[in-house]
Amino acid sequence: MHSLSFDVAHMLAGSLVLVSFMQLYQDRLYALLNIFALHALILAASVAWQAFVQDAPHLYLTAVIALVFKAIVIPTALHRIIVKLGIHREIETVVGVGPAMLLGMGLVALSMVVMLRVTSEADPLAREDLAFALSVVLLGLLMMVTRRNAVSQVIGFMSLENGLVLAATGAKGMPLVVEISVAFSVLIAFIVIGIFLFRIRERFDSVDMQALDRFRGERQ
Amino acid sequence: MNFDALAGVLLIPAISAAVLAALPGYKLTSRLNVLATFLTFATSVSLFVVEPSSGHYLLVDDLNKVFIVLTTFVSFTTSVFSASYIGHEIEIGRLRPAYVRFYHAMYQILMFGMNLALVANNIGLMWVAIELATLTTVLMVGIYRTHEALEAAWKYFILGSVGIALALFGTILIYMAARPVIGEGPDAMVWTLLITKAAKFDPALLNVAFVFLLLGYGTKVGLAPLHAWLPDAHAEGPTPISAVLSGLLLNVALYALLRFKMLLALNPAAIAPGPLMVTMGLISAVFAAFMLYRRRDIKRLFAYSSIEHMGIIVFAFGMGGPLANFAGLLHMTMHSLTKSAIFFAVGHIAQVKGTQKIAEMGGLTVTNPVLGWGLVLGVVAIAGLPPLGIFMSEFLVVSSTFARAPWLVMILVFAIIVALGGLFLRLNTIAFGEPRGASAPAEASYVPMFSHLAIVFVAGIYMPPALVAGFQNVARLLG
Repeated sequence: MHSLSFDVAHMLAGSLVLVSFMQLYQDRLYALLNIFALHALILAASVAWQAFVQDAPHLYLTAVIALVFKAIVIPTALHRIIVKLGIHREIETVVGVGPAMLLGMGLVALSMVVMLRVTSEADPLAREDLAFALSVVLLGLLMMVTRRNAVSQVIGFMSLENGLVLAATGAKGMPLVVEISVAFSVLIAFIVIGIFLFRIRERFDSVDMQALDRFRGERQ
Repeated sequence: MNFDALAGVLLIPAISAAVLAALPGYKLTSRLNVLATFLTFATSVSLFVVEPSSGHYLLVDDLNKVFIVLTTFVSFTTSVFSASYIGHEIEIGRLRPAYVRFYHAMYQILMFGMNLALVANNIGLMWVAIELATLTTVLMVGIYRTHEALEAAWKYFILGSVGIALALFGTILIYMAARPVIGEGPDAMVWTLLITKAAKFDPALLNVAFVFLLLGYGTKVGLAPLHAWLPDAHAEGPTPISAVLSGLLLNVALYALLRFKMLLALNPAAIAPGPLMVTMGLISAVFAAFMLYRRRDIKRLFAYSSIEHMGIIVFAFGMGGPLANFAGLLHMTMHSLTKSAIFFAVGHIAQVKGTQKIAEMGGLTVTNPVLGWGLVLGVVAIAGLPPLGIFMSEFLVVSSTFARAPWLVMILVFAIIVALGGLFLRLNTIAFGEPRGASAPAEASYVPMFSHLAIVFVAGIYMPPALVAGFQNVARLLG
């Protein structure tokens, strides 16, 4: 049961969770971008490995999308946007690093308990992958709620989405995975273009989401 | 694939989107937009006459026919309203002509996305279609490029994306549950195959999947506490989009939820999806009813009213059974028609007054009698007063569930009454009393608004037996 294919897939998925944790404690935007590129790189490796193990050549396409688009294009584009729009490079967090890490650990434990229990009949590879994927999704969500800065929220969303791709590729023989990863890439491209085109910096004076909350139509 | 009505409801919007994106000039494109939506509507009605064959990717059954006809009808009337609304926006320079081309193309892509989500026979395809519809509405909410519009679009974007992501995780889990039974590959995502074999799926996986689907698509339905995007998106976008959001897009997300509810209901070992939906429905209804009291923006007011009504609808479907499902279906239809009619009125009112702030409006029945009384009629309808259609459907929701869960229904009735108070309090300021604010004569098209209200009025008194039979059939399908 513990063959090489299982071990490698396990290691890659585990590293993805680890890198998700690394994102949680970054307090500078550039560092966060680099860590995210690493996240995408590991995802690409994991997807490629699944393509190899499952003998599903179309998954290589998903791996290439993850590699080119998420590990190279998006981080570079965001890097430029940060420079161009003059966004503050320190990230304001809602909760401190300590509580965020503790919450993260809680979420990982939760996803292990939930997924490992309900998938007891599934094959072990898919099972562990799914548990890891849910951890990555929840850590991405945690990052989105604990950061106030729009760029880091986008990065949180992208790592959440990496978790989904991990889950989709781990589910053996799942159709439409390539289409879904393309659809997500379009979504992310829109978000990134949105930051730039809407010129959130210019319009709101900051990409700080608290400033965005200022106007609600109710309090005047 | 042969060309049939099913292909028609998808191809007409797709082709018109391309054509409208290429054509300049507002007058021509707005008329073409009306024409395209009318053709789509006519095609969708023909689904009742000749039922096209369903394939592995597309499907037509009694359930989605109702949704498709409702969607295409409201999108047709909204396009008529939109033609006069957008004309005024260009005149006052709020919208640049260049954006109008983009707006019409987006409108058609939105129709395409919603129709695709409704006819998809593949849960992955359905997900992609709902994502497409969400993306186009995000772009349209931000179309005015003001501070508030961008904020609303951004909020909608982030929350909508998270919802969509959670729904995808749920979809993957459904596939995982289906795979051991149906086998690997595309078949395990085909709706018509899933539903026949649902009883053999792993119940634990289905349970977790449904929680994710409820949270994911529930965000799109606007259920509290996942509703935060909804009031902003309604208030800051162009009013035709508010009408389409409230009247249609919420229904499409609800449709997705109902499909998965049917799946779970067929598996005896899985959790009953009903109580979860009932809880979220009740929370939404009560929460939104109280929120109505502190609104100062007219579009935000009716956005909260949409949350309240979606809560009632989800409650009815959550209770289940042929009668409650019938009531839920009827309420959904009535709400779509009434709420879009209200937004048609509100759109013109905001243009006449030059503001959306309730405090700066007043005496509308004196200054603009047709608009004012149209709004009064709409609010009377949406508050659930007899003899209009929403009274009928709310009465049915209450009476069909009272015997089973009297305490829950009491909470629901309480929410309806609280909402009625909130709506009339605001209506009093807007429609009656001393005229306040600017009062230009309205260049409005009243036909869409009054045709919706007329249908709602007639439905409150008399429903054609064929329609009742159709709804009863769908209600039985829903289990």
